[in-house]
Amino acid sequence: MQLYGYRRENGKVGVRNYVVILPVDDISNAAAESVANNVQGTLALPHAYGRLQYGPDLDLFFKTMIGTGSNPNVAAVVVIGIEENWSKRIADGIAETGKPVSYFSIERNGDFETIRAASWKAKEYVHWASELQREPIELSDLTVSIKCGESDTTTGLGSCPTVSEAVDRLVDAGATVFFGETPELTGGEHLISARAANPEVRARFETIYQNYVDEIEGTGADLLGSQPTQGNIAGGLSTIEEKALGNIAKTGSKEIIGALEMAEAPTNGPGLYFMDTSSAAAECITLMGAGGAVVHFFPTGQGNVIGNPIVPVIKLTANQITAETMSEHIDVDVSGLLSREINLSEAGDDLMECLFRTVNGRMTCAEVLGHKEFVLTRLYRSA
Amino acid sequence: MSNTSSAAVAIGEKKAAVKHDFLIHNQGDHVGVATSNIKAGAKVIGVYMDDETTVELVSKSDIPLGHKIALKAMETGTPVLKYGIEIGVTTQPWELGDYVHTHNIKTQRW
Repeated sequence: MQLYGYRRENGKVGVRNYVVILPVDDISNAAAESVANNVQGTLALPHAYGRLQYGPDLDLFFKTMIGTGSNPNVAAVVVIGIEENWSKRIADGIAETGKPVSYFSIERNGDFETIRAASWKAKEYVHWASELQREPIELSDLTVSIKCGESDTTTGLGSCPTVSEAVDRLVDAGATVFFGETPELTGGEHLISARAANPEVRARFETIYQNYVDEIEGTGADLLGSQPTQGNIAGGLSTIEEKALGNIAKTGSKEIIGALEMAEAPTNGPGLYFMDTSSAAAECITLMGAGGAVVHFFPTGQGNVIGNPIVPVIKLTANQITAETMSEHIDVDVSGLLSREINLSEAGDDLMECLFRTVNGRMTCAEVLGHKEFVLTRLYRSA
Repeated sequence: MSNTSSAAVAIGEKKAAVKHDFLIHNQGDHVGVATSNIKAGAKVIGVYMDDETTVELVSKSDIPLGHKIALKAMETGTPVLKYGIEIGVTTQPWELGDYVHTHNIKTQRW
């Protein structure tokens, strides 16, 4: 199947064409949402943060905001913040991609004047973006992220191996793939280390993993109550190791060519990357989208309903009960793997076909259902 | 290709397959995963996914879809293999066909 996408000014390829209204901080959400209400064809991304953050937490905030605006699924961006400085910093970061971006600040203007000026700019961007055409692209133009949720044993038996099959095909075709979920590698972290392409990548992965574990243990917390989750246990998963092996079962068999910080864009060319992320689905996909992922594979067992505002999330399950009771959420049903009516190669074909159709414009279930979970990761409390 | 009346992408034609009740990832694993709800006392068949061989045993308890069945009697404190890799340790003795979950296995990590 010929693939079609939007080739952006910097050569990166997107599969959606959003004009984003990006609030810098919590108190600018209202203005951003007003602009999105005034100007059809725009997408506001309200969030809870952006005030009095500092140090590495602030760095991550800027990286996530700039990365989100820079994502190739975004055609143009209107940035709105209370103060000029941080609004400009985010707009300047996004402008490095070459895409149209403008910023507006509310102090000395008020909401009304800001909304008026930003709405005019947003209208101009929508007219421009709405005439952009998809053009032929290659699989190698795509960056795909993977993360599973509400896992159970069917995830490790069926939906994750299906993703694994697709990941290997994507990497062979020259695409870029991100996996993450740092804490949920626990019990199988040695398997990831062993697949690092070189000692540098291995050392970077091991440092990221160990830092996360140290951070959790440093709080004195017992993770037994949250990992595996109650949903995981209801689905038959008994231990974090068992959950991790199911998680890792979706990463394919290729070597890992880079270990990325949260929201970091890949630097080592196409291939399979680890990205440091929480296992919370909305945070993880938000970070991967900020790193440049344009489509996401989401295997689920018990039925997680997550979506993302700018990254289409393709959901698959191998749990026949989930496929039957939550069918409006499931793009690809691979429960035939557990009944042995289909094999892994056929399941991989089904998922790749769904990917192709999604790339070419078919809306995923999460998109149709309006799931737009945009959730920033915080490292610590505000100053 | 499926048409637009169905949300899910169509899957291939059904094939004849051994009627099975549970699947096992690897030879040597201590547990299988139920692919349908298993009743206590039922004679059940498992398929090893790595070599397609089968195993038959009698279930000692009800085991819901997705939950684990013991393939081997085990002493307390024994590492448990699934995917050929340790997923935890037994916290009480197991008999062949027992239901395996948080009541008789725990993590070795936290």
